[in-house]
Amino acid sequence: MAGSSTLRIKGGKVYDPANGVNGEVRDVCVRDGKVVADVEGGRTIDAQGCVVFPGGVDVHTHVAGAALNFARAMIPEDHRRNLPFVRTQSSRGGIGGATPTTYVTGYLYAGLGYTTVNEAAVPILSARHTHEELRDTPIVDKACCVLMANNEILLDLIEKGELERARHVTAWNIWAAKAYGVKAVNPGGVAAWKWGKDAKGLFEPVPGFSSVTPAQIIQALAGIVDELGLPHPLHLHCNNLGAPGNFTTTLETMKVLEGSRAHLAHLQYHAYGGGDWGTMRSESVKVAEEFNSRKNLTTDAGAVLFGNTVTITADGPWQHLLYKLTGRKWGNIDVENETGCGVVPYVYKEKNLVNAVQWATGLELLLLINDPWRVYLTTDHPNGAAFWRYPEIIELLMSADARKEQLKALAPKALKRVVLPELDREYTLSEIAVITSAGPARALGLPHKGHLGVGADADVAVFNESKDVRRMFAYPRYVLKGGEVVIEEGEVRRSVEGKGLLVRPAYDEKVEGFIRPLFQQYYTMSFDNYPVEMERIEHPEVRPCQQPS
Amino acid sequence: MPAAELTARAVTTVLTLKERPHVPLEAEALTPDVIAPLSRDEVRALPVVLGKRQRRLDDFFEVEGAGSEELELRGDCGRVKWIGRGMTRGRVRVLGNAGMHLGAYMKGGEIEVEGDASDWVGGEMAGGVIRVRGSAGGQVGAAYRGSTSGMKGGTILVEGAAGIELGMRMRRGVIAVRGPVKDFAGLQMKGGTIVLMGGAELRTGAWMVRGTIVSLRPVRLLPTFALACAYNPVFLRLYAKRLAGMGLAIPHDESDGAYLRYTGDAAVPGKGEVLVWQPAAP
Repeated sequence: MAGSSTLRIKGGKVYDPANGVNGEVRDVCVRDGKVVADVEGGRTIDAQGCVVFPGGVDVHTHVAGAALNFARAMIPEDHRRNLPFVRTQSSRGGIGGATPTTYVTGYLYAGLGYTTVNEAAVPILSARHTHEELRDTPIVDKACCVLMANNEILLDLIEKGELERARHVTAWNIWAAKAYGVKAVNPGGVAAWKWGKDAKGLFEPVPGFSSVTPAQIIQALAGIVDELGLPHPLHLHCNNLGAPGNFTTTLETMKVLEGSRAHLAHLQYHAYGGGDWGTMRSESVKVAEEFNSRKNLTTDAGAVLFGNTVTITADGPWQHLLYKLTGRKWGNIDVENETGCGVVPYVYKEKNLVNAVQWATGLELLLLINDPWRVYLTTDHPNGAAFWRYPEIIELLMSADARKEQLKALAPKALKRVVLPELDREYTLSEIAVITSAGPARALGLPHKGHLGVGADADVAVFNESKDVRRMFAYPRYVLKGGEVVIEEGEVRRSVEGKGLLVRPAYDEKVEGFIRPLFQQYYTMSFDNYPVEMERIEHPEVRPCQQPS
Repeated sequence: MPAAELTARAVTTVLTLKERPHVPLEAEALTPDVIAPLSRDEVRALPVVLGKRQRRLDDFFEVEGAGSEELELRGDCGRVKWIGRGMTRGRVRVLGNAGMHLGAYMKGGEIEVEGDASDWVGGEMAGGVIRVRGSAGGQVGAAYRGSTSGMKGGTILVEGAAGIELGMRMRRGVIAVRGPVKDFAGLQMKGGTIVLMGGAELRTGAWMVRGTIVSLRPVRLLPTFALACAYNPVFLRLYAKRLAGMGLAIPHDESDGAYLRYTGDAAVPGKGEVLVWQPAAP
């Protein structure tokens, strides 16, 4: 995989915020897949008039697994709307759209200059399937987070206060799923959904359990992740996603997380005020203010763009509500004792008040959170919009005029519910490099990603510098992955295979004796078929955990 | 442009199938919109797809005349798919059978098939007229899988029988079938009119929300349809007049009988109607 060749990217304006390089004209040299100080001979890429970024890192996306496949099957009309990718000498065929096929997902990410992605929601039960799909997602390196906050075995342990055993079970689960991190979706809410209910109050017992509350689950998991020393903190999708007035839950959740690290996913969906759909408004100011003061947290935008997409989340109760609102299609999956999933195709409309508020809220958070190192560019792909539309968001962040233009198309009523028209901050190229690469790499705990210092992976994106920012970021001139030129002049030149990033946290082997009988009693599959074998991971890279202090 | 070619344009472009292909031939280039502005050589070089290989149109068809607004297809085109796809004007005559997706997405113009047509005749069409002298397959005027709406306008006439899911999710337009129709006619229908002159099999109008299904024969209805009244709707006279011009007679005079109006499908719940003709006692 690592290229044995040497390469020099000459004369580009380099943006490498992790190393304090801000638009300096300098060369980037590559040998054996790594950035080095200097090289002799080899290929030279002329990057004059170009900007050079570290390869993009997507901290939160949904690109593989049972739920995504379910969504693919549910929206054949979307496949027809989009032009097919025709097979070439260097790339395989497939289809784009809201849920691109595996190979095309890799090509499209690389085609934006992205080289690392984190699949944010994997139940252990479908982890094997997820890894099979990730193996067929070329070019990018892949990590995934395993769903824990509605796992019945774990919830029972947290309820009983057996936190040490819960830690061993969590670590065993991470290794069984060959995951990189821990994801919590609507803690307790998806378990409650199996009783037709939801967990809306952070401090009320989860329906179906006698005393455990969402707050306890969040605290326990965040603590466990820190104790295990995982490189990525607890990846949390808060309770009450999407509901008007949910910002109070989000603020409470931030307080609950005091003393632990955590990454709050798609914050846009958790920053609404108002009492119902008619009075819903953006509360990004309050959410951003609280977030700014809490340095233990990172977040991603989960921004929304207008148009067709499909929403996929483990948040089953929310998806049922969304289906009731749209009246179109609804898919619901039950994942035994672990989690659930809902799929609802959706159209974000400019003239829809709720959608307009969502669109503005995502951008407001990106503009109001003052430290770009703690907020990252995502659309919660494909929920807010497909990831290949990121350049549209970059344009909106870099140009207040572009935002004004889009604001004109919104329902006038919506403008009273948002603060976006008052914000005149414009992102710099360096800040874009932070929110698309350096920041998320740091949040994921990947010291060899997201920068161009000596020793970093040679994942590099070279863009033609242009005033047309959207075009500039949509069509990188060159993209390097592990030192290989994979994209050249907008075409896939070489399709390399990315790595599978995972961790092996320490746990007491005896914990298997605890899980096995429970599993044999309550699951439909045999325990021995449950954990994903290491051989399933193509090009695995086991990342170190911090020693428990 | 040579004068000879200009004259040729006034007449018909004739395409004769050399041999029935072993696997379906995808030929969405066979529309007046694509062919009309082309010379004979350009028509011959048009791309068609056989299996996964792209080929030339003249690998399969003899081409007579330059491009024109009128196409005539000769031979058994029962394995030629997408004839008239998305056409907006002109006329296509198929002297034999036609393959799947005939006139899919079409917006205008006219298609006439002397033989039978396969499934998905006029799938998601928005305008124009399709007339099939023989029988049609399933999903006439239907929505493609996953789409919310089927045909949104235009007229489809079938002289013979038709298959399942006729007019599935259709929103506007008219489908009239002289022969018998299979199960699920008007499935999830949202508007428009279906005229069944030869009756239909099971579950007619299942999940229909709006729209009208007229049946000249008694049909077995789902229990979620309720009898409302017997009447002779005024709008049917207008439809009868137009369809009479196309050779299809629909009774509408009170002296001949009345229509029993059933509303449904209450399972959805819907406000569609099924009108079943009840001839007056002799």
